[in-house]
Amino acid sequence: MMAITRRSWLAAVGLTPVAGGLASATESAKDQQRTFQNIPPRELLRLRHFPNTELVTHQGKKARFYENLIKGRKVVINFMYVKCEGICVPVTANLVRVQKILKGRVGRDIFMYSITLKPDEDTPEVLNQYARRLHVGPGWLFLTGKPGDIEALRRKLGFVYADPVEDADKSNHIGMLRFGNEMFARWAACPGQAHADWIATSILSEVDGPTRTAAK
Amino acid sequence: MYLNIFGYKVSRRRWKEMLNAQKNRREIIAARLDRRELFKLGLLTSGGYLVAKSGLSAWADGCGPGVCQLGCSPPTTPFIDPLTINPILPERQLTDPGFATPPSVCPNNTINPAIQLPFEGRGQFNGVLRPGTDCFQFFNQFPPQKFFIERMRQNTNFRITSDPNIGPQTIWGFNQGGTDPNTDPAIFPGPTIVTRYQTPMVVRRFNELPSGAPAGGFGVPETSTHLHNFHSGPESDGGPCRWFFSGQYFDYYHTMQQAGFSFDFPPTGDVNESLSTLWYHDHRVDHTAENVYKGLAGFHLIFNQFDTGNEATGFHLPSFPQFDIPLFLADKLIDPGTGQICFDTFGFDGLVGDKFLVNGKIQPFFEVQKRRYRFRVLDGGPSRFYQFFLTNPDNPSQSIPFWQIANDGNLLPTPIQVTSARIGVAERVDVIIDFAQIAQTFGATRLWLENRLEQLNGRAPTGNILPAGQIQNALVEFRITGNPVADGSVDPATGPRFYTLPSTTPTPRITRHFKFERSNGQWAINGQFMDCNTIRFTVQKNSVEKWVLENSSGGWQHPIHIHFEEFQLLSINGQPPPSSPLVQTGRKDVVRLEFGTTAELFFRFRDFRNDFPMHCHNTVHEDHAMMLLWQVQDVGDNNVEP
Repeated sequence: MMAITRRSWLAAVGLTPVAGGLASATESAKDQQRTFQNIPPRELLRLRHFPNTELVTHQGKKARFYENLIKGRKVVINFMYVKCEGICVPVTANLVRVQKILKGRVGRDIFMYSITLKPDEDTPEVLNQYARRLHVGPGWLFLTGKPGDIEALRRKLGFVYADPVEDADKSNHIGMLRFGNEMFARWAACPGQAHADWIATSILSEVDGPTRTAAK
Repeated sequence: MYLNIFGYKVSRRRWKEMLNAQKNRREIIAARLDRRELFKLGLLTSGGYLVAKSGLSAWADGCGPGVCQLGCSPPTTPFIDPLTINPILPERQLTDPGFATPPSVCPNNTINPAIQLPFEGRGQFNGVLRPGTDCFQFFNQFPPQKFFIERMRQNTNFRITSDPNIGPQTIWGFNQGGTDPNTDPAIFPGPTIVTRYQTPMVVRRFNELPSGAPAGGFGVPETSTHLHNFHSGPESDGGPCRWFFSGQYFDYYHTMQQAGFSFDFPPTGDVNESLSTLWYHDHRVDHTAENVYKGLAGFHLIFNQFDTGNEATGFHLPSFPQFDIPLFLADKLIDPGTGQICFDTFGFDGLVGDKFLVNGKIQPFFEVQKRRYRFRVLDGGPSRFYQFFLTNPDNPSQSIPFWQIANDGNLLPTPIQVTSARIGVAERVDVIIDFAQIAQTFGATRLWLENRLEQLNGRAPTGNILPAGQIQNALVEFRITGNPVADGSVDPATGPRFYTLPSTTPTPRITRHFKFERSNGQWAINGQFMDCNTIRFTVQKNSVEKWVLENSSGGWQHPIHIHFEEFQLLSINGQPPPSSPLVQTGRKDVVRLEFGTTAELFFRFRDFRNDFPMHCHNTVHEDHAMMLLWQVQDVGDNNVEP
């Protein structure tokens, strides 16, 4: 493992250059008591995973990722692209089945988001045709945006391989589904190719689980 | 002036270095260099790993609040806390208010009006009641004689170090069964459960975890407590799909008989199948990693007429609890912004920490006398592999031997002298360390139990053995005190014999093959994905099987755990399991599938019916579906690639 000295930790914890005039730091941090912040769980996860990326839906509407799509919601998220010959087809077909199993819930209190990995190709129009071809129901949005923003969002959501070579190959993209209940900071994931009825069971267990738990 | 987020000054040189590191990393990603080019540039090792230098490591992107990454935890001072010896869970009488409704063969599925759920969670599957299921097998034949209670609760005032810079932590843990959180708080590791073979027992677990968004953003208040790896039916095994809710309780009943009691070794089982070091931990499907990491785990030890806990009797192993010490290893990350233990619920690869906790404290010390001790070392996960050595910090070049006496809680036929032991998640190793002899031979006054296996991410260790004597790799500092004292325990050098390994010569009824694969970031076993609703194959009760497990997942390693029965390794990559330098012989319940490993396992399946899992015990892989369910029934199937 890495040798982590006090010095390298201090170097690593932040990179913000600050012009003179702000509260000055002591020369030696060694003896200084650190102060930590109390960050509520939902806020922690927002910081870590949910940027407020500007996205466009397959219906051509603008949406902010955190504010409009995640905050206070029960959601299912995956990544895909339209001209994909690998697992996008079985995963999307699987999600169509999941949406049918969850009928009455998707669009009412559960929302599904498929984010494109190729925003250059997948314009809102292309995504709209795709959605119509697959007969996706309401409550399921296909999302595109600026390539740099989408890339940053993908990393924040953890759909990233540690090995940059592996990560650069879009056809090998991570086929997992991420789902959760933002109000309860509760998240899980499962393979997009798992059985549709099990995916639906897992989603319901995440989003409804908190209400089946006795309040203490 | 260059400041970090806490207002500490950082030199301009260091700051530029960090910026360059980020730039380098981005360029490599942008350039999409292939493996050969990376290798030529010296950035990729032959094992397929990016060279670990700061210029490429993820943490070069910064360690702000909310970041939960290797290398970002704030510094702490080692060896300032004594090793915690966990309390032994007290026995309770059936008159205890917690047993107002006593344990019964079939679950107490009466609806509790306060929560609109059954009082007892047993009988639920995927959180849904299946009436009439999960009655205890053999309950009337072996009625319970000992009763225990544990309550799963939150503790907001748990100290992992007395370092003033790190405040109290919020954990979830087990308590000792009492109702007053002030006198009986939840602790990590949980209380040590101590039982004896042939004394059937019940532990009633109350789930009293808080609902609402959990502190730190991880933990799910639905639990299933697995007793790893006792010989019990699924109704008491605590498998992944049998979780229960906050407000419910769950009775876990164990016959405390050895395997074979209803078949070839009546009436109480084959003593050679005795287990000694077990642990209990949460197993809630999709959430095991975060729940165990939050504290829902503890030791469960079993004694019998040979492994007695008294060095004057039986095998004469060091007496419990004074000289027989469980060591629960757990590596953690601390959020540099909050100072709280953090967990990344969005990671797929696995989580390795940079703070080594032993029995719930960061790098504790332990004062030992000059005599032999038995340590039961457990890798509590979530993802790290350890290879531990004894290091004399005052002379790190010394190679200091010790004795390994058990693998995964099963005593070896006889002690084996080693200089290190490797364990993956959930594996246990029992060792005998003779501090009198080490003090005399090596002049050591202190010793580190030191993890020297390099691991930089959740995928696998690199395989590099790090140089001895690096303080950040120390797990515990043993401080050898006083003069040699009386020692009634057996000297492992005299070659004492423990249990005889059951024979592996019977012909298996069937040989089954399992490929552990990864495609598009999804784990698969024989091309299929985990599903609580699908049981993949059926083993015939009271039969012998051979399973061949193959790691086909490239640059990954997996500690694979099979519930219910211990196995013996017949071969690893075509060779007999070695006993040197690393011991892989004996009975085990976890097999380490290292890079490209194929392992052949010999099993006897006896006594109990119904479903159990096999899964990767890197709990992050497990939570992402690296698992399958199988079952035991009177008639088995012939599925060779289930």
